[in-house]
Amino acid sequence: MTAPLVRVSHLRKSFGPLEVLKGVDMEIGAGEVVVVFGRSGSGKSTFLRCINFLEEPTTGNIEVAGISIGAGSPTRHRRKQIQSLRKTCGMVFQQFNLFPHMSVLDNVMEAPLRISSDSSKVVKDRAMTLLADVGLADKAAEYPIRLSGGQQQRVAIARALAMKPQVMLFDEPTSALDPELIHEVLSVMRSLAKDHATTMIVVTHEMGFAREVASRMCFFHEGVVLEQGTPEQMFDGSRLPETQKFLNAVM
Amino acid sequence: MSNTSTVEAVPHQRHGLAESLEIASLKVPFRIKVAAVWLVIGGLLLGGFFKSGFDIAWMVDHAFAIFKAVWVTIAFSIIAIACAVALALLGALGRVSRNPIAYGVSGFYTSFFRGTPLIVQLFLWYLALPQLALGLLPQQYATWFIWPAQVAGIVGIAFNYGAYMTEIFRAGIEAVPHGQAEAGAALGMSPGQQMRRIILPQATRIVIPPTGNEFIAMMKDTALIGLLGTTLLWADPFRMAQLSGKADFRNLEALIAAALVYWGLTAIFSFFQRKLEERMSKGYVRHGKGAS
Repeated sequence: MTAPLVRVSHLRKSFGPLEVLKGVDMEIGAGEVVVVFGRSGSGKSTFLRCINFLEEPTTGNIEVAGISIGAGSPTRHRRKQIQSLRKTCGMVFQQFNLFPHMSVLDNVMEAPLRISSDSSKVVKDRAMTLLADVGLADKAAEYPIRLSGGQQQRVAIARALAMKPQVMLFDEPTSALDPELIHEVLSVMRSLAKDHATTMIVVTHEMGFAREVASRMCFFHEGVVLEQGTPEQMFDGSRLPETQKFLNAVM
Repeated sequence: MSNTSTVEAVPHQRHGLAESLEIASLKVPFRIKVAAVWLVIGGLLLGGFFKSGFDIAWMVDHAFAIFKAVWVTIAFSIIAIACAVALALLGALGRVSRNPIAYGVSGFYTSFFRGTPLIVQLFLWYLALPQLALGLLPQQYATWFIWPAQVAGIVGIAFNYGAYMTEIFRAGIEAVPHGQAEAGAALGMSPGQQMRRIILPQATRIVIPPTGNEFIAMMKDTALIGLLGTTLLWADPFRMAQLSGKADFRNLEALIAAALVYWGLTAIFSFFQRKLEERMSKGYVRHGKGAS
């Protein structure tokens, strides 16, 4: 077996006296789609945000695409490492976080233009291709405020993909959306997983999506991975009352 | 039909004078009444002036020189606001920085320059700084810090307003949602890139209206520079008024002329400021041309 693409070891995270993650270990191989689920406050979003160091782990180690970084103080060298690691992770936020002062196209082009060495022509062509992939090529010149939530989130996915990440992190990507807009975002994510074999870690409550797309599901409970397995194992064969209770509540 | 008797039951009353006035007043639009109040105030003032021997001929002769000095006010204001914006940007970056030196320096800056009177600061730059420089530096370098009144004045105004604007800019930077910098960070942008490309452009929109207000206030405060004793070339309307008014003992006429200059300037810029604020307050609009 080849080395995993993402390796999280002994991850702990405290906010002041509150320990949110109490030792999480996880290995994710290339092409895997991991759905992370659990009650709010279970640490699932914090887990995701620790992977690209938007939250500093209190202890533990994160390795993504061969870049391994432990918990530690923010030295210059470590900040550079974190920046390199982030380039390998695309992240999609619950609130989209598009840049409101830039057009849709500029949102997608911004990071590659500033960070990669590609020419602006290459970056623009790639951005247009990505926008076409998420079905928004005709909105390239629009500003984010003029798009629906579902469209904004699809732009955010294109923006994250523009850095050619090796793993995509989704932090409750559909939670802020009106119900009728959820499916368009999920279908983009489904296509990423199935047609492009993108490695994905998805924090979501969309259990239909999980059943269909996930290669593995991890149930977070009080800061640990309480149970994990394939969707079949989780939906049909979960042994733990906490997991069953949660699944009954959300489905 | 049924209430005819009720109407007749109310006894017909003759209106008193006060009541008639009140009824007549209701027909006059509010704006007209306000304009009338202004006219009355203006009339009273003018009446008072002429009663005190207001010399209109002197004013006609000398007002032009005072009005002409408006270019000094404009030059002072533009140079000072440009410097103040630069200082405020640095100051604000310091205030949001976690670098103890940057944070400490900017904290000292805003505390001192907001905590002491502007007029004191102007004299510090003009009279105290040269003494300090002479005490610390060899003669040939110390002379670099002996400035003409207008330079000391502009620097003083710029540092003072820069300190106030630091807090405006800091608030503008902090008003940009945290998710914006996070989105940039997640894409692998450096903190500097996040600031330059994502946060500052959005903060700029927020700080432009209050910065306009500071500019208008600053225009008036440039009159203090004259107190340092500027030469005739750099005399602003207030200084001109003092010089010519004192010489001919026509202080009322001269100072009124100077006041009119500042009043006119602030009226003009307040108008543009209002227009600007209207435009900015629309924010990121959803409607507009090209809507799909």
